[in-house]
Parts: sequence; C-alpha cells; structure tokens
Amino acid sequence: MTVVAPARERDARRGGAGLGRGVLAAIAIAYVAILLLLPLIGIVWRAFQPGMSIVGETLSRPEVRHAFLLTGIITATTIVVTTAFGLVVAWVLVRQRFWGRALVNAVVDLPFALSPVTVGLAAVLLFGTGGWFADFLAARGIQVLFALPSMMLVTIFICIPFTIRELVPVLEEFGLEEEDAARTLGASIWQTFRHVTVPNIRWALLYGIALTTARSIGEIGAVLIVSGTIAGLTETATIYIFTALEERLVARAHVVALILALTSICVLVTIEWLHRRTEEARSNA
Amino acid sequence: MSGAAQTLGIRSASLRSKDRRLAALRHLGLRAAAIVYLGAMVAVPIAAIVTKGFGDGLGSFRTALAVPSAGAAIRLTLITAAIATGINAAMGTLIAWVLVRSRFPGRRVLSAMVDLPMAIPTLVTGLMLLTLYGPNSPIGRALEGVGLQVAFTVIGVLLALCVVTLPLVVRQVQPVLLELDPAEEEAAATLGAGAWLSFRKVVLPAIRPAIVGGSLLTFARCIGEFGSVVLISGNRAGETLTAPVFIFQLTNQFRPAEAASIATLMFAISFALVLVTSRLIVRRTDA
Amino acid sequence: MSTPIRVEGLTKRFGSFEAVRDVSFMAASGSITALLGPSGSGKSTVLRMIAGLERPTAGRIWLGEEELTAKSVQERAVGFVFQHYALFRHMSVAENVAFGLRVRKEERASRDARVAELLDLVQMTKFARRYPDQLSGGQRQRVALARALAPRPQVLLLDEPFGALDAKVRQDLRRWLDELHRELGVTSLLVTHDQEEALELANQVVVMHEGRVEQAGSPAEVYEQPATAFVAGFVGSANVLHGWVVDGHVHLGTFRVPGADHLEEGAAAAAFVRPHDVRISREETGVRGTIERIATLGWLARLSITLPGGETLVAHVPHEELDGAAEGDEIWADLRSPKAFGIEPAPVEPPGAVASDGAIPSGAPPM
Repeated sequence: MTVVAPARERDARRGGAGLGRGVLAAIAIAYVAILLLLPLIGIVWRAFQPGMSIVGETLSRPEVRHAFLLTGIITATTIVVTTAFGLVVAWVLVRQRFWGRALVNAVVDLPFALSPVTVGLAAVLLFGTGGWFADFLAARGIQVLFALPSMMLVTIFICIPFTIRELVPVLEEFGLEEEDAARTLGASIWQTFRHVTVPNIRWALLYGIALTTARSIGEIGAVLIVSGTIAGLTETATIYIFTALEERLVARAHVVALILALTSICVLVTIEWLHRRTEEARSNA
Repeated sequence: MSGAAQTLGIRSASLRSKDRRLAALRHLGLRAAAIVYLGAMVAVPIAAIVTKGFGDGLGSFRTALAVPSAGAAIRLTLITAAIATGINAAMGTLIAWVLVRSRFPGRRVLSAMVDLPMAIPTLVTGLMLLTLYGPNSPIGRALEGVGLQVAFTVIGVLLALCVVTLPLVVRQVQPVLLELDPAEEEAAATLGAGAWLSFRKVVLPAIRPAIVGGSLLTFARCIGEFGSVVLISGNRAGETLTAPVFIFQLTNQFRPAEAASIATLMFAISFALVLVTSRLIVRRTDA
Repeated sequence: MSTPIRVEGLTKRFGSFEAVRDVSFMAASGSITALLGPSGSGKSTVLRMIAGLERPTAGRIWLGEEELTAKSVQERAVGFVFQHYALFRHMSVAENVAFGLRVRKEERASRDARVAELLDLVQMTKFARRYPDQLSGGQRQRVALARALAPRPQVLLLDEPFGALDAKVRQDLRRWLDELHRELGVTSLLVTHDQEEALELANQVVVMHEGRVEQAGSPAEVYEQPATAFVAGFVGSANVLHGWVVDGHVHLGTFRVPGADHLEEGAAAAAFVRPHDVRISREETGVRGTIERIATLGWLARLSITLPGGETLVAHVPHEELDGAAEGDEIWADLRSPKAFGIEPAPVEPPGAVASDGAIPSGAPPM
C-alpha cells in the first residue's frame, strides 16, 4: 500500500494551480451570489422596508392566517397520502416481480414530466363542467374544483414521486435477507415491517417527506388554477402572495414570501442534515 | 394462526395452506393498492390531458397552434430552456468542480446555497428576482441604465430558469467527481498535461454522462416552469409569454381544448426526456 | 541519453506525521535503483516527490545538472508507472501511448511511428485499438510502461508496478522489465516491498524504514553486509537471536555466537543468522537442538529446530545434506556468519530467539 497525502488535501491540490483555482471559485461564488444570495437579501430588505411592524400587521390579517393554515392542511394531507402509498408502491416495485412492473416504474416518474399548470388543467378537465367526473360529483353534491379537495389532489399528484424515488434504492440495497431472517424466526409481516424494515429505511423516508414538504409549501401553478382564489377560503400562502401582488399589496406579499422562504430554508437545513445521516447510515450498514 | 402454534413453529397442513393463501392475498392486495393509487392519481389525469389534447385528432393541434402567440410561446419556451440548460450545464459543472476540488472559507455555505432553489417556492424565487432586478430597485434601474433590462424581458425569463434549475447539474456531477481516481489525472500530469488539458481529456469524458443527464433534467424542468417566470417575465404575448403561462391563461379563459393540446405537446417532450434521463441520472441517495 | 538522479535531505510532513525524514541518495545514470521497504516506510512518497506529485517539506532534487525541486510535474518530464496502471479508460491503447506526444504537439507522422515502435517494444501491437477494460492486468501495465516511455523521459519512476498482479504474471513482467531496461538504459527508480524483486532487478537497493534510509548499496551488500538490524531482518530471511555482548560474542543463554567485537561489552544485542547459514550435523559443533519439524520446499528442506532455551531456529538445508535426519532427532546446529547489532532497550527477560522469514523486527526484543 502506498502512503499518499490524505484524500482531502490531495483533492484540494488537484484542483489546479492556486491562481486558476481561485478564479474558478470566485466565478462560482459570483454566479451563486447574483442568482440567489443577492435576491434573498433583497427580499429581506424589501419586506422590512416599511418597518418591523409590517410583519405583525400582515400576520394579524385573517386572510393571511387562513392562507398559512390552508398551506399547512394541504401539506399535511399530502405528506400522509404520499408517504403511506409511496411505501406501498416502493415495496411493490422492489419486492415483487410482475408483468407491467417497468410500466409502473415509468408512471411513477410522470409527475416530474408535467408542468404544474398542466396538472391544474387536468383537474379542470376531470372535475370542471363537462369533465369526466363532473356529473358523478354534481349528483352527490361534492365540490371538488374551486375547493380544498382539488387543491389537495393536485398537490398530491405533484409530490407522488418524491417518497417513492427515495425509498426504492434503499429498499433495494437493504435486501430481502434481513426480512427473510425475521420471518423464519416467526415474525409476522407487520412485525417484520415495524422492527426490521422501517429502521433501515427510516432516513430515506424522512428525506422523502422533507422533499415533499418543501414542494407542497411551494406549489403554485396547479393550485392557482384549481383554487378559484377566493380570499379567505381557497388561498394558500403562495396564492396569497400572487393575489396580493396583483392588488399591489407589495409589502404584505413580501412578508409572506419571506416567511415561506425561511420555512423552506429550515426544511432545507433538515434535508441536508438528514442527507448526511442517510449517508452515515449507509456507510455504517 | 394461533400464538402458541406460531411460537412452537407447529403448523398443521390446513394452517400452512391458509398461511400461503393469506400471504398471496396480501401480496396481491399491495400490488392492487399500488396500481389503483398510481392509476387513479397519475394515469387518469394524464389520460384526461392527452385525450382532450388530441380531441378531434391531429386537427386539434393545428387549431391550438394557430392561436396567435401560441407558436411564439412554444418557441420562446424551447429556446429559453435550451439557453438556460447550456448556461447551467457549464456553470453547474464549474460549481461542482469548485465544491469538490477547492478548499476555501465558505465552501459549505456555497454548497448549501446550491440546494436552495429546491426548497424555496418558485413564486418566491420569482419575487426575489423581481425585487432585486426590477424597476423598483437601484440595481434594476442601474442595469436598465446600461441597456440591460431584466424584469419583464426574456433576460428575466432566462434568469429565473437559471436560478430554479441551478442544483440539477451540480448534484449530478458532484458525486461522479468525488469518485474519480486521482491516478489518471496524475498520470496525465506526468505526461506533461496542464490542468485544462487534463480536465478535457481525463475528467470530462468521465463526467459527461452526468452532465448530459443533469442537462436533460434541467431542460425538462425549464419547459414546465411557471411560478418564477410568471412574475418576472411580464407575460407579454408574442414576446415574453412562455408556454406554461400561456396554458394557464387559456385555462382561465375556459379554452381547455387548446390548452390541452399545447400541454400535450410539452408533456410529450418532457416525457421523452425523463425516459432518457432515468437511465443516466444518479439518484441523490446514491451519492 | 540518461541522467543520474540525486536527492538530498528530502523530508515530507503530512500535518504532524513525518512520512519521509531526511532522505538522501543517488541513482547512477542508466541504473535501476530499488527503493525497498515495508508499507508506510515512505518510499512511495519519495518517488512521488521526485515526480513532482507531492511537494517536499524540505530537501532538493536533481536530475543530472538540473535542479527539479521547484519545477511542476509537467515540466519535469519524468516517466511514471502507477501500481494500478492509471490508464486513461476513455482512450484506446494507442491513444494512451500517444498522449504524452500529443501534449508535446508532436506531428502526426512521427507520433504514430513512435507509438508503433513502443507498442512493438511491449508486445502490444495487436491491442492498439482495444480499451483498457478489455485488457488483463499484465497487459495494462505494459501499456502503462509504453505510455510512460513514449515521450523519451530521462528518468523512469515505477511505483510498485507489479503489486496488483498475480505471482506468475509478476515474475514474467519482472524478467521482461529487466530485459527492457538492459535494452533502453533509462535511469529507473523502482519502489517495491518485495525484496526478491529488488534484489533481482536493481543495481542499487535503498532500504527504507519509517521514513529513513537504513542502507543504500548493491544487492549483495545489503544482503550480506546489512548495516542495521532492520536491514538484516528485512532483506532475506533471518533468525534473530537476542542476548548480551560478552567478550566480543553475543551470549544467548546456553550458547554464544561470535561477531560482536564492534559492540560495547554488556550491551544488549541481536544476532542475525540466515537460515541457509545454519549447518546441521551429528558432530558436536555449535549448539544442540531438537528437530521440531521438517518441511519440504522443493529441493530445499526447512527445519524448525528447538534449542534448549526454548527458542526456535529455522534452517534451510538442501535435501542431500539431510542425511536421514527426521523430526524428533537431536542434532547440532552450527551458526555461520552471524551479524550482530546493538539494540535498545535491554531485554528484561532472558533472551529468546525469534525466527523471522523476512518479517520486520523492530529494534526491540519481542514483548
């Protein structure tokens, strides 16, 4: 075995001559600064421009409160549905062999291929006047479009791939062996799942949930179409920003936007931390 | 199966076949649940779009594309997506390189910032850009002064697309760079190759699939982007109106048929791209 | 034209860890010098510093009259062969070999000619269009050699070039490298932990241990006249017997061996005796012992002899000289040409003997 410099030191040196490396780093930093850092600072500055009181004033408004509440409800529902069914789909994809498996695999990725506005359009086509389910729902007096149900459905659609895509590689890697061993020792399916499978997939699962959360909070295109934007009733936080800007309530829009950005950053930090935990768990496995 | 029998591992013949039947039922039940879930949640909506989009056959497409500003919107969407993809393919590779090969204070911060667009709502991204580079900001006004108007122009669209797709190429290329064998680059150096030549001949061929995969993901994302573009572009028909915003407008104008046709067209393009990339891309947790 | 290599005071520190300490040696023009030592001895680091792949913390490097110390890797124009080949996996064999020539912007015609010449030299002409992953380990290393030699380097540096190969392939390539070197005469530096390889191939062997040069000399010198206890134990197999110096001899409990005149009276010492220097006979010479085990190694028999003090002696005896000796027999072992070295600290327990077959003894007695 040859003795060479510690990997990190070697990597750093491989980046090229000192000056060249410095220039590259500077370009990278400048690019990210122009695209992200400065705009972030800008939004903070603009949000507080009328003074700190604007925050309290905005948050005291009932429609703003309701908007956050609605975002929360939709996000929570989305998490529950996509996680529960995501587990089922991931399980079936990895542990079962059947005709059409490749098709199912491809279908899981489809939501990534659609623009959110297309998703909203689909909801309109399904639940709007003349839509596929319009008569069925009208006969039962169920309001889907321009109401909470459709907003939940489109958000779920958009978030379907996240959990599944995180779980599949982990389920594949932590093979059947542990689960088989548990079963031969007499554990029931549910016991095996709870005590053997879940600990193995725990971090990937949480990571998928974090991604789903960030996406749900940030959803705008689809949910804007199906909501009808009835203030105080069917406005999520993002929709509120949209309509507030249209109504020239710029300051309030910025405050809400800033709150969403900060929430997302917290989710991001959690994602990064979870990512690191996933890596550690995998390397320790 | 009784608890005692389970513990003792004793199973009567009838119990055994009952086990198997239960297991089989469970097996199929899960599969059915998965298929129903995906069928109802994914397949049905897409079917709705595509059937409406094809409406009366190919004629619907012609009608939709005949709508004034439809062609322009699609062209603009594809062109801006291509340009943004090109920019982020290069910058993404550069950033990945810097993150892997350089040590400098704030490298961790840079890495975290790269992930930001994945977390921040696209609408907020659009608002951030509008606030900083729009007409109401000193920077925006200064740029306008030198002839570079960002807000309500194609430049704004490009900027928004670059921001929201920033992490895609970076996170595809980064793990591949980490895996590279240093010996090949050292060999190139001993043979006289400088840093750039060594990169071109040794590193680039190795990361090319990752760059391509990331680029395809970027392109697919760009052609569907709504939240950030709708705020910063000004949505001027024929000039800064992109296909997603156009579809949005058509839907709000109760013209679902035309909206569906255009949506189907864009979907077909992304779908093809997603199929190709599923072979090339590195899943994040594989890093 | 080949040039001599000289290094002086080469030191390399990684953080607080000193991998190379004050290494100096010279390699004559056209010679093969082996840097021999166990893992972690710093030999690869020395090689990499000469190549320019690591920057020395201190020290200087010369190639002929030119000082290399401040030059970049690219400027040094040395040929380097890596343990794991480091072939460019996206290029064909021919493109790999041509790489150094392309960098120097050599013309197509002369480039192609040179590539053909080298592929012929390493007998890989048939594989010119193949890719590295289609080649065996031995084939890859030959390509790597051709690639390193293509730009006509003044020096060839090889970092455990056969370490990743099977024993048989290793031997073949060793022989082949020997022939190649005779033909080309490029000054070569070979890093290896295989002392057989070093002794067979090199004109000069530099034995390294824990970052320092223990001895530099011809293969015969390091083998027959080891300068330190480490060299005696590492190069070739040896029996290591620990004792004290009394009257120019090393006393080992029940017997003694000569050869300690240069050591201080009463000092702790280790005596090294090569297994083939242990002669067995039924006449009373040397020390008495019992044959514990006889292992037949082809034409050679390896005897494990237990001495009265409990120590084990290893003897290599040609079959003919066994003379019917069998396991359990009592015989006399005559210890020829022992080498004695002072060691520290002094052994606490009564001295014991440790049989080593090229194992690495530290300077201290066994714990």
